[in-house]
Amino acid sequence: MKAITYLSNFMIPFLLFYIIGYGLLCKRDIYTDFLDGAKDGLKTAAGILPTLIGLMTGVGVLRASGFLEFLGGLLGRATDQIGIPSDLVPLTLVRLFSSSAATGLLLDIFKEHGADSLAGLTGAVILSATESVFYCMSVYYGSVKIEKTRYTLAGALLATAAGTAAAVCIVRILC
Amino acid sequence: MAYLWGGMIVIGILYGALTGNLQAVTEAVIASGKEAVTLCISMAGITAMWTGIMKIAETTGLTGQLSRGLRPVIKVLFPGLPKESKALPYISVNFLSNFLGLSWASTSSGLLAFRELDRINREQCRKYGENKKRGIHIASREMCTFLIINVSSLQLIPVSILAYRAQYGSAQPAAVVGPAILATSISTLTAVLFCIAMNRKKGEP
Repeated sequence: MKAITYLSNFMIPFLLFYIIGYGLLCKRDIYTDFLDGAKDGLKTAAGILPTLIGLMTGVGVLRASGFLEFLGGLLGRATDQIGIPSDLVPLTLVRLFSSSAATGLLLDIFKEHGADSLAGLTGAVILSATESVFYCMSVYYGSVKIEKTRYTLAGALLATAAGTAAAVCIVRILC
Repeated sequence: MAYLWGGMIVIGILYGALTGNLQAVTEAVIASGKEAVTLCISMAGITAMWTGIMKIAETTGLTGQLSRGLRPVIKVLFPGLPKESKALPYISVNFLSNFLGLSWASTSSGLLAFRELDRINREQCRKYGENKKRGIHIASREMCTFLIINVSSLQLIPVSILAYRAQYGSAQPAAVVGPAILATSISTLTAVLFCIAMNRKKGEP
């Protein structure tokens, strides 16, 4: 655990040191390069603002209406039967839309059942093995104004399902 | 995208009306817009910082070296991309930073990669004409692959989740590292196999 925190704390400074140090050794005008790139990044960030507003409103409306909890509760009753803690279903659903909301749900599970409970462990692994599919799709496709996403959603949901199923099985077997 | 987004709002409002949550829905509409702008502003600074650093890595040839190193992997996933395409180094940086869990760096490089893929797609549209599966508003094969791999979660060690586990009194916060690496590998492997299968499918532009 110590080694991991140590590594992750030092990764960003190390990367910066490496890239900038290398740039200095190459005798390039790295500051002008930096400004060029940063300007580009600002434009990109501003470009995705409309997408963010649209998406977050959509997710906000869906969450506030209580629909996700309803769906999660419905599916949760079914999964309880086969031994998957029902708290994990809303977690998986919310995960598709928003990472921060999913983290909030995971912390609720930690509080209620403990971080080392079956639900807590499985939830932690699910969040590690999946991504916010709808969020990423809208940000990336929105940034270049693509409307038809063809088989992206199918593939993304397949990968998410595989990761979730794997998380449930692996935690059962290993922990 | 239109159906997805429209569906979210229509379902939300219908369900909210049925359960008497419309007040909360109204508040969500107002709060979400504000939240999005706040998020974008905080994101703008860090994104610009990383794209600036990436530009340095690009002009000094570091990203080129990286993409040559990752070339065998990238070639399998993106067989259609020209060798000299600028999308390749961006995709390499994106995959690597995802892997290491540097989420801001991966978003910045991902957006740049997507812009390049979009440019290539437009060129292809001009060259071969548009049809049902190729058009400037239709995702190219490369875009699909890139996104599917990205959302299959490449991050190996979930550092923030470990921190939360420690904070909530876990006896062994790092106990999830092994299972997380396994589960992530399975989801990524599924994504890779799916993309390779789609790449092989005939008649898909």
